[in-house]
Amino acid sequence: MTFLCLIINLPASQKVSLHWGKLNFDHTFYRPDFSFKIGSYQFKKNLDLRYGLDLAGGASLLYDIDTTKVPSGDVPSALESLKGNIERRVNLFGISEANVKLTNNSGKNRLEVELPGIEDINQAINLIGRTAQLSFRGEDTKVTDATTSATFAQAFPNDTGINGGHLVKSTVQINPNDSRPEVGLEFNAEGTKLFEKATKDYLNKRIAIFLDDVPVTYPTVQNVIPDGKAVINGQFDIKSAKELSAQLNAGALPLPISILSQTTIGATLGKDTIHKGVVAGLIGLIVLSLFMIGNYGFLGLISVLSLFIYGLITLTIYRLIPITLTFPGIVGFILSIGMAVDSNILIFERFKEEVRDGKPWNVAMELGFGKAWDSIKDANTCTIITGLILFNPFSWSFLNTSGMVRGFALTLILGIFISIFTGVFVTRNLLRVLAKKNNQL
Amino acid sequence: MNIMKFRPLFLFISLTLLAISAFSIIKWQFRLSSDFTGGSVWEVQFSKDIAKADVEKIFKETNLDLRDAQFDSKKASLKFANIDQSQKTSLDQKFKNLDSGYLELKYETVGPILGKELMQKTLVAIILSSLALLIFIGSKFNDFSFGISAVLAMLHDAFILLGAFSLLGHFFGAELDSLFVTALLTTLSASVHDTVVTFDRIRELRQKNFRLDWESLANSAVSEVIVRSINNSMTIIFMLLSLVLLGGAITKWFSLALLIGVVCGTYSSTGVAIPLVLLFKKTKTVTKTN
Repeated sequence: MTFLCLIINLPASQKVSLHWGKLNFDHTFYRPDFSFKIGSYQFKKNLDLRYGLDLAGGASLLYDIDTTKVPSGDVPSALESLKGNIERRVNLFGISEANVKLTNNSGKNRLEVELPGIEDINQAINLIGRTAQLSFRGEDTKVTDATTSATFAQAFPNDTGINGGHLVKSTVQINPNDSRPEVGLEFNAEGTKLFEKATKDYLNKRIAIFLDDVPVTYPTVQNVIPDGKAVINGQFDIKSAKELSAQLNAGALPLPISILSQTTIGATLGKDTIHKGVVAGLIGLIVLSLFMIGNYGFLGLISVLSLFIYGLITLTIYRLIPITLTFPGIVGFILSIGMAVDSNILIFERFKEEVRDGKPWNVAMELGFGKAWDSIKDANTCTIITGLILFNPFSWSFLNTSGMVRGFALTLILGIFISIFTGVFVTRNLLRVLAKKNNQL
Repeated sequence: MNIMKFRPLFLFISLTLLAISAFSIIKWQFRLSSDFTGGSVWEVQFSKDIAKADVEKIFKETNLDLRDAQFDSKKASLKFANIDQSQKTSLDQKFKNLDSGYLELKYETVGPILGKELMQKTLVAIILSSLALLIFIGSKFNDFSFGISAVLAMLHDAFILLGAFSLLGHFFGAELDSLFVTALLTTLSASVHDTVVTFDRIRELRQKNFRLDWESLANSAVSEVIVRSINNSMTIIFMLLSLVLLGGAITKWFSLALLIGVVCGTYSSTGVAIPLVLLFKKTKTVTKTN
């Protein structure tokens, strides 16, 4: 009996904690002791539902990457450099949840950029679409104060004429003497000549390398380098060496990108969609509850109750994982509510049949659950199969990779699992407890 | 309840629906959204009343072919060819001159290659789910006539949904977009969901009275399950109907597609899948006796 109560109370306590968490979040000043009580719930700040671009507003850009100009062996590292470079540029906009993703579509490389809540999309597009500019500039030793990037540019005013086009590639190497990582540079014929001249001019001075006018490194020239193979060493660990090499490659192995598709959703449209979706969902839910209670009476009431628990669990999981809610995701959620009731209807119809056969109430109930379970299992397996094909968990390129479709599939799959739990276990235990009480009366 | 005696009626309904769908698809095809065809969709909200002619003039000046322009009070939905960023900037500027307080609700431009990919991927997904479900149901019931019937009923629903959207597209401007693809694939699973529940009942009854012929088995299974099928579909229909009626503009067609799919799915389990199983069983018995 206690064990059963525990099962029933498990989702209930979740409900309470969520409520407390929210209360705490809303009234931090009034109830400071509350945060003490629920100290183990440290997620509370992240508990806000996360909305996708279509609901929160923002821009999503899809680029085609032209890899034909880069030798095929260098493509993977060039792609990583490109991604890093675009991420760096996107960060300039200060968008908190910007997302830059490389995708491969049957051999074609794509770059997906998501900019939630962006205001000036044109500026972003111009900045992102630009090819990375690498330049090597010599030091002016008269300027000593090189702290901010503006003064930094003043400290290195002398363009050596070397740019990204002169750099063949940059690699991470290990120095054979002290086994420290270092960053190697390899120049082409013209670059070799220019670099020899630059290293002569700035021997024992510094040459800064700028990427898109931002300094990335400023090594001191120690030798004249005539063969076009330079090494930057210093206090690198593997990670920082890789980072620098990737930044240099962004200039050395530029991958031209061209925009394939662009979607911009204004913030108002999203709010409108959420608002209408919530109203529609609530009204649908009320009609559904009335239908269930009207049809199954007391049993219907129980199933509405377990449906309520279902909704709470689902929302809690959305918040905890967290799942980014897109518009199709919301529809998937609403659809899964309908499916959650399905398990109950299956069980109740079975239960009615058993009662008709003259079995006592509690026996009929257990039989109803037991027999309906087979159907529930098989039918939901089919839905999960389709859900998985839509969700495409292994990111197979011949299947859908669009975020919207996957968002829908994910909420649907999650909905099925949670609904089996609430529809079967929660309803069953609620009914068992109530049946016992009835017998005692 | 002898539901299976209505088989000729079911056949008639299904054939009529399929014929209407085929007719509409051949005659009017589909209104494909920019997701498939490539192109741009721009939804703007003006701060004052703007004449359609003014907007059309702007597009003429920019040498852009305005394919479709729909005005709804101060909201406008414009469709035109795929454009690049500089063209968009010049459009922005001209709209600003027309109405400085205009608001961009949505802007979408899709290259033509993506549409082809979407089409291919949808086909692959349908074929893959059909195969997966065929194998799953076939092995679950140890009988591939069940699997084939369920999958055929499912494709029947998908085809009717496509036909319905061809009609809706022709008369009400409904478009096929990537959301529709999602709805289509969900229809597939909802359809099978119902069918499997009925099949399950047939299997259970068969274990109890293995002497009964398939038709009586199917009859008692269907009459036992039909209340739950209808009740269950009702619950989903309530949720979707309220989304169709009250949800936003984007929601409307997507929810309607799901709604049509669910209604079809409920009908086809009883009206298509079971009669098909009976057909398979009958031909088998006939060949055996010969």
